[in-house]
Amino acid sequence: MAHFEKANSIGEWLDQRLAVETLKRVLQTEYWIPKNINFLWAMGMVLAATFGILLVSGIFLLMYYQPNVNSAFDSVNYTIMSEVGYGWLWRHIHGVGASIVFLIIYIHMFTGIYYGSYKKGRELIWLSGMGLYVAFSAEAFSGYMLPWGQMSYWAGMVITNLFSGGSLHADGLVEWIRGDYVPGQAFLNRFFMLHVLLIPLAIIGLIVLHFGTLRIPHVNNQDGEEIDFDEAAKLYKEGKVKESKVIPFSPVFLSKDVLVMGVYFILFFYLVFYHFEFAMDPVNFDPANGLKTPTHIYPEWYFLWSYEVLRPFSTNIGLIAFAIAQVIFFLLPFLDKSPNVAPASRRGLFKFWFWAMLIDMLVLTFMGKLPPEGIWSVIGLVAALVFFALWIALPIITAKEKKL
Amino acid sequence: MSNKTTKGRRDFMGMALGGFTALGGLGALYAMKRTWDPLPSVKAAGFTTIDLKDAPENVLITEKWRGKPIFVLKQSKEMMAKTTEKTKKRLIQIGDAHYMVSVGLCTHLGCIPGYNPEKESFLCACHGGTYDATADVTKAPPPRGLDIPPFKIDGTKLVLGETGPEYEKMLADGTTLAV
Ligand code: HEM
Ligand code: FES
Repeated sequence: MAHFEKANSIGEWLDQRLAVETLKRVLQTEYWIPKNINFLWAMGMVLAATFGILLVSGIFLLMYYQPNVNSAFDSVNYTIMSEVGYGWLWRHIHGVGASIVFLIIYIHMFTGIYYGSYKKGRELIWLSGMGLYVAFSAEAFSGYMLPWGQMSYWAGMVITNLFSGGSLHADGLVEWIRGDYVPGQAFLNRFFMLHVLLIPLAIIGLIVLHFGTLRIPHVNNQDGEEIDFDEAAKLYKEGKVKESKVIPFSPVFLSKDVLVMGVYFILFFYLVFYHFEFAMDPVNFDPANGLKTPTHIYPEWYFLWSYEVLRPFSTNIGLIAFAIAQVIFFLLPFLDKSPNVAPASRRGLFKFWFWAMLIDMLVLTFMGKLPPEGIWSVIGLVAALVFFALWIALPIITAKEKKL
Repeated sequence: MSNKTTKGRRDFMGMALGGFTALGGLGALYAMKRTWDPLPSVKAAGFTTIDLKDAPENVLITEKWRGKPIFVLKQSKEMMAKTTEKTKKRLIQIGDAHYMVSVGLCTHLGCIPGYNPEKESFLCACHGGTYDATADVTKAPPPRGLDIPPFKIDGTKLVLGETGPEYEKMLADGTTLAV
């Protein structure tokens, strides 16, 4: 048995058994964050906090939710909304959280793209981040099935049909995923399992991985400067706090994060209490009916851009386009051929690429919501083509980029 | 014992353990796959009989088979005049009457198209696909006309889920895909 001295404090007692001092040093007091960053670097912690809120509100919804095709709709819209004390609060928090989390994810992603935070040792941060994006998408989709309203049913029908692979006619695969010819009890039950257990577990694992991939390369900064962290840390520890380019993650940087989170949560709860309806599709307040399609089926706003990439084409091309759009962002670190880690504004043509991509995705998002008719169809088609043209152009323009 | 024989034994035990673990893993994967399969009770509940005798012309009737909507549309004289060699094959003939019978799910991504009796055509609101009165596709994205469910003619009745000679003919000449 290892030798233990008598401890003089609870801290020391824990340290002897769990090395908490080492942990604290590695993860907090000597995890260095550059000073040269802005509020956009707080989005990661905002995301972590939002996930925490989704988890807590989800646990309370879970106490009354019934994953049964006959009772799911009422358990949400009647029991939770009007019988359970403050049930409406959990539901509105959960719905608003699920929508806003995607807004923050997109900001977080585009911040990374703008500052080139996905290259030179930061590839795994980007890849694990994309893993989180996919996992959150699956989480939101599976959650959307649960109230078993008209949009749940028909979104479930349309999205699972994607797996037939167009002309491949893999109807067997679609029926396997559903456990039925159409979405039914087996379907609701398995998506319930995915939503409350398997995907949240995967998300937690991916968050840990995402944080782990950050530890060695450290976060990027506003100039893409390669910082000598050992030297900067030494200065800081010697008390030359002003001269040092870094601050410790905790408590110094975290206190800045908390300020941004404070502002964010004021906005968040304003939405929860006064404007929750944007996160609640009115069509989903009609119970699921397999014999009646709603006039317009559209996904939640955060899937609209990729939906609009699918829509203007014939089935097979649309499916291929959609599949590529789902994974293309994973390839960003490998398609960007320039060694420069710098804000887009200093990277020549990449600056235009960045803004063109952002605007194109906004256009796709707006078009995805409009009915596929006339001029809207045309704009949608053009925006979808531009999306792919930009990805084809990326390796070419970044290879030509001047080294900074 | 020499180092060499220990190493040999370690390798052997490693491989034996690895082999059995892989076998168990494969078995577990198969069990998981089977657990996701549709239940036998779901598969078995698959037959519906519909009577076409009283169906009115140019009025869309919607029945239900395996949870899916089934469209029945009796064709009028005017509608028959508009059919082509190819689209006529899609219709089921009973006596002198012709019926369009198909699964009412868009072949694009499965929305239910709506019928407009004035225009004698279907519009799928999801992505704008259209079909004519025989449910053949007239505008993409749907890749083909609505699928025809397996049927057997029994007097003026149709048994959906059973395969009769008329349906086999449709399958053979590519008028419909198997559903
Ligand atoms: C990780 C992020 C999560 C996202 C993005 C998410 C997303 C969603 C969405 C979009 C809905 C439908 C909203 C509505 O119609 O009210 C929903 C419902 C639900 N979620 Fe989540 N969810 C998350 C985490 C969780 C967790 C961790 C749990 C439980 C452990 C949970 C439990 C539930 C339950 C029981 C419902 C059905 C009740 C309802 O529809 O209001 N969720 N979720
Ligand atoms: S589902 Fe009918 S056009 Fe797409």
